[in-house]
Amino acid sequence: MTVTSKPRRIKTAYLLLIPGFAWLFFFFFFPLGSLLATSLKRPLGDSPEAGFAYALQFSNYSQAIAEYWPYYVRAFSFAAIATLFCSLLAYPISYYMAFRAKKYKYLMLVLIVAPFFASFLLRTNAWKTILSSEGAVVGFLNFLGVLPEERILSTSFAVILGLIYNFLPFMILPLFISLDKIDKRLLEAAGDLYATGNQRFWKVVWPLSIPGVVSGTILTFIPASGDYINAELLGGISDKMIGNVIQSQFIILRNYPQASALSFTLMAIVLVFLYLYLRKVGTKELL
Amino acid sequence: MPKNHTVQDLHLKNLTKRYDEFTAVNDLTLTIPAGTFFALLGPSGCGKTTTLRMVAGLEEPTSGEILIGEENIVPLPPYKRPVNTVFQSYALFPHLTIYENIAFGLRRRGIKDIDKTVKDMLALVELTPMAERKPTQLSGGQQQRVAVARALINKPDVLLLDEPLGALDLKLRRQMQLELKWIQKDVGTTFVHVTHDQEEAMTMADTVAVMNEGRIEQMGSPVEIYENPKTAFVANFLGQSNLFSGSVKGVDGDLLAVDVNGVTLYVPKGKTNITSGKIVIGVRPEKIKVVDVDTPGLPKNQIIGTISDNAFVGVSTQYVVESPWGQELSAFEQNVDPNDLGYKGNKVVLAWEPRNSFALDPDEDLTAGIEPELVSN
Repeated sequence: MTVTSKPRRIKTAYLLLIPGFAWLFFFFFFPLGSLLATSLKRPLGDSPEAGFAYALQFSNYSQAIAEYWPYYVRAFSFAAIATLFCSLLAYPISYYMAFRAKKYKYLMLVLIVAPFFASFLLRTNAWKTILSSEGAVVGFLNFLGVLPEERILSTSFAVILGLIYNFLPFMILPLFISLDKIDKRLLEAAGDLYATGNQRFWKVVWPLSIPGVVSGTILTFIPASGDYINAELLGGISDKMIGNVIQSQFIILRNYPQASALSFTLMAIVLVFLYLYLRKVGTKELL
Repeated sequence: MPKNHTVQDLHLKNLTKRYDEFTAVNDLTLTIPAGTFFALLGPSGCGKTTTLRMVAGLEEPTSGEILIGEENIVPLPPYKRPVNTVFQSYALFPHLTIYENIAFGLRRRGIKDIDKTVKDMLALVELTPMAERKPTQLSGGQQQRVAVARALINKPDVLLLDEPLGALDLKLRRQMQLELKWIQKDVGTTFVHVTHDQEEAMTMADTVAVMNEGRIEQMGSPVEIYENPKTAFVANFLGQSNLFSGSVKGVDGDLLAVDVNGVTLYVPKGKTNITSGKIVIGVRPEKIKVVDVDTPGLPKNQIIGTISDNAFVGVSTQYVVESPWGQELSAFEQNVDPNDLGYKGNKVVLAWEPRNSFALDPDEDLTAGIEPELVSN
């Protein structure tokens, strides 16, 4: 019995891995390979209707970067600003939930997750209404005379606002988890060892919350830099991000090789950013 | 560590802490002399931890004063009190090395050139090779020593220890008890140690205060409170006791004769103020000899009973003997010579010297403090 049970157990483990690997293969590696192959195709004619043939047309990439680099810059700038403001907003909220909210902690958590029950598209559209030039918000702000362009919609500000709004929960959740995990007695101990309120935060809470800050910023920055809905619905013609370019290349122009090359470039840049970021903060502390 | 830095007495005056309806600490007044190892002993929920937290500044008293020397420290925030705490389960900073954990208090106070002080402290608790490790890489006993070192390095007037050994296994706990005691003697700081473990309290402390329901039941040296408990709670919580309700029959020399269900038992007159009427007398199980009926030359207090259970535990045999009036009595017979009395149903004599009896007030609840672990949970 005991002789056969061990290999059998290993077999069972492999069997259990099959669905996961199958999923990864069919829905991740296979599409990725297909995308890579498409990104190197060459056109058979002048219009997309003529179709594309498999090739190694690396000029798709050089063209993608040469022609569309400002959209990359804008996407990463918007995403970086949104990530910064998300973390500035999320930290106090998560801190309050973890340390002060007590019995209302999970109610707050539910409220933060609640918007996910409505579609991303719908919620962003709702902002379009809220921020419309005929709406009360803009009307009031114009009454105060604080809007330089006298509108909010179709500005970079609106796009970044949308990004902040949409990705805030992705910042709050990991932050809350890492703050909530902190043993509250550590704060008592720090106080007992002469730490003032400020020092308790900077010497104990902050270092212990860094894993949450890192995962929160990653979870916000990556999807925000590839987003196109916010720029589409809330931005103007000069606020387009790289996501919008990819979307129109795929759906409208049907220039699949170009769109694929743009997507791959975006992925590659994000991976480089991620690598540099994690090297800077040190992954050892995160795990 | 400076052996001679002057420490001052800690006084609690009418200290009270109420939470809504519940009174955790009830009008507590006591003085803890400087440089002593003081244990606050009691079951969980007795108010001992609340008392400690009030001294540390983590809880605010409802009323009363806490004085160190002449100064009332109640208005001071925790970081301004000359008090440091060794927390239950240590609360070491997981992101800092052992060195930085120990240096934490000095750094917060902006003290320069701390390297030698920290290294001396590491040496005192024998953790020099562990300086650059993180707390999770240390064993329970080592973490415990870090917690002590991290508090002691600040040279507090009073070091508070909140069940510091609770997380350790029995063997390590014994070892740490001795080590803590040794450290206390070495540095001369006042240690206030909160525990529910009576053996731990007696092993380590110069003075033990037994606490129950927010009050001090009795305070004194371990020997004093063990040998002469003043309340049934102390008699039962601190070790075990056999307690008998009876009434005073008269005086026999230095002894008070007490009638317990027709048996006359004696207790030294000097151990009680009661001279007539109802009284409770008690005796510790290990003071009782368990011998054959008709054995000559027995001490004056004798009860004939029937063995209802016995357990051989190596160093002693523990007997449960049923008295003629049906009370189950407990007696520990030291294993000097193996004897063969241990048959259930055997008639035996329980005998002990009158000087080993103690007397309690007749109003006492005789079951108070029995099996505190079960009662408190």
